[in-house]
Amino acid sequence: MNIAPHISAEQFDIRDFMRLEAFPHFLCPGCGHGMALRALMWALYENNISMDDLAVVTGIGCSGRLGAYIDANTFHVTHGRPLAFATGLALARPDLHVVVITSDGDCLAIGGNHLIHSCRRNVNMTCLMLNNEVYGMTGGQVSPTTSATRYTTTTPGGNHEPVFDACKLAEAAGASFVGREVTMQVPTLKDLVSEALLHDGFSFVEIISDCTEIFGRKNQLGDSAEMILSQKAATRPDSYGSKVDTPFRPNPLPTGVLARANRPEYRANLVPAKQKELGGG
Amino acid sequence: MSQVQRQNIQGNQACALGAIAAGCRFYAGYPITPSSEVAEVMARELPKVDGMFIQMEDEIASMGAVIGASFGGAKAMTATSGPGFSLKQENLGYAAMTETPCVVINVMRGGPSTGMPTRPGQGDVMQARWGTHGDHPIIVLAPASVSEVYSETIRAFNLSERFRVPVIVLFDETIGHLLETVELLAPAPESLDERKWANGDDNAYLPYGETEDLVPAMARPGDGFRAHTTGLTHDERGFPTQDPAIASRAVARLLEKIELHSDQIASYQTLHCDDADIVIVAFGIVARAAQRAVKTLRAEGIRAGLFRPRTLWPFPEQALLEAANGAKSLLVVEMNAGQLALEIERLCAGRGAVHRLNRIDGEVIAPAEIADAVRQAAP
Repeated sequence: MNIAPHISAEQFDIRDFMRLEAFPHFLCPGCGHGMALRALMWALYENNISMDDLAVVTGIGCSGRLGAYIDANTFHVTHGRPLAFATGLALARPDLHVVVITSDGDCLAIGGNHLIHSCRRNVNMTCLMLNNEVYGMTGGQVSPTTSATRYTTTTPGGNHEPVFDACKLAEAAGASFVGREVTMQVPTLKDLVSEALLHDGFSFVEIISDCTEIFGRKNQLGDSAEMILSQKAATRPDSYGSKVDTPFRPNPLPTGVLARANRPEYRANLVPAKQKELGGG
Repeated sequence: MSQVQRQNIQGNQACALGAIAAGCRFYAGYPITPSSEVAEVMARELPKVDGMFIQMEDEIASMGAVIGASFGGAKAMTATSGPGFSLKQENLGYAAMTETPCVVINVMRGGPSTGMPTRPGQGDVMQARWGTHGDHPIIVLAPASVSEVYSETIRAFNLSERFRVPVIVLFDETIGHLLETVELLAPAPESLDERKWANGDDNAYLPYGETEDLVPAMARPGDGFRAHTTGLTHDERGFPTQDPAIASRAVARLLEKIELHSDQIASYQTLHCDDADIVIVAFGIVARAAQRAVKTLRAEGIRAGLFRPRTLWPFPEQALLEAANGAKSLLVVEMNAGQLALEIERLCAGRGAVHRLNRIDGEVIAPAEIADAVRQAAP
């Protein structure tokens, strides 16, 4: 397979930023998480973020295992809690770049409370939520983003619950940066992640990933190439605007930067209160 | 400012001031009766020392944020009670497994579940030791006065930093809200323990390597070690493993780490145990009632003594056995249905009767009740 020519492979070698001693990795063949990881590493490289100053906090699930492969300060914490841990770390160490890697189950189900409050607080960190519509690590159970009628081991008759739109949720909760992209376009995803990294405050990026082995197989969605192509086909890039030009552009899933607000970062609001306390007594 | 401050304050306030004196610079918490004053004092005082206070969205997030701040190098603490303490357990286990220092204050209230939020209890003795799943190390301290809440909170930070283990400070609502005039002794800077940080050759560094004291040095983010931290059972490099020999050693070291240093951790007080026929075992506020009971009983000619553990876990076993050596029986007094009694019975099996006096009604145990129980128990 030919690597897309616009990937400047001669400059960016992902192996320079990985813990090669942790390989072989444990992801399944066809899993989209590797492409998400590549986009992140590439964005870090482009922004000259030193691995020494990078802290990656991950939760539990397939996405949670990505941290072990990144040659940075990596923290694989408890299920659903990476945003809580990251909040403490980012507040104690504002000099670090804090990136959270989480997923649909980790972030929207068990960790949902931490997501909405992280959006509201606006502590400086980047949250990448890898959405593959399923609990892959535990064998393929339904998640808050599993599409309607999809089969999982806990929805043997097809999923009957409505889904969360993670980006709408994040925006409504006050996130100052919200974006979404599929894994198929790694350079586009890299650019989005890069913007999120540079954002001063809490940035949330939903990455549509594919679980080929478990979710795809059970729902006859084809191999990895087919899955990421259909994911791409379902998107509506922000360049389309809000137009849904049925039947030519019927695609329901907006991608790109979906929300951006100039809100002061958590600490910016904190300082005056501190000074007042010190002066006033 | 003088080194010694005399103040009339309650236990919860003394706890917060002790934490700051110990070097705590990060607090994350969630409001819960009867511990909320700890958070309120921290919110007011921490910014004055360039510390960070944050009220999180729930108890679980508070514990997570505390551990996250500790990853970054801050001495960090949270405070809670009953239901909140239950919610801390998952992340407490994570801190134990990853050897991340942190201090958790549990101001005990009455009853299981929501129980009696404004009443005292001592029902979390076993939960403090075994609340999180799996075999894990933990240290639990039990101060008995406002002044001791201050000094034991300082000791909690020192032990936590020295041994890289979560430390729980357990006291009840009575002490939390008790007003006493105390002298707040600012600890000498050299008396404060600081974590062993990794330095030198990063190629030779093993984040969870075997050392003589069984306490590995921690990698501070930004210092170039780029370590991996996980709650998964890990090898010396910190990477997940399922190798039986490595997994076995990894958990064994965590437990041995505390065992090896138990003499540094143990703390207790004895009163008239030398010639005692009966030794009362009590901690926290109950021990103060027991102290009075001993005085009353001695005046009557009944040779009663008191053993008061300041460290509940690991329990000061040797000290108890020595204190109870000449006694014919023991009386364990606690505001629960009999939790510490189980440990005392285990330790003193075959050495004489272990009697119990318990209350689970949200009332403190009065000196007269203890004296009565001793009179009934005494041969």
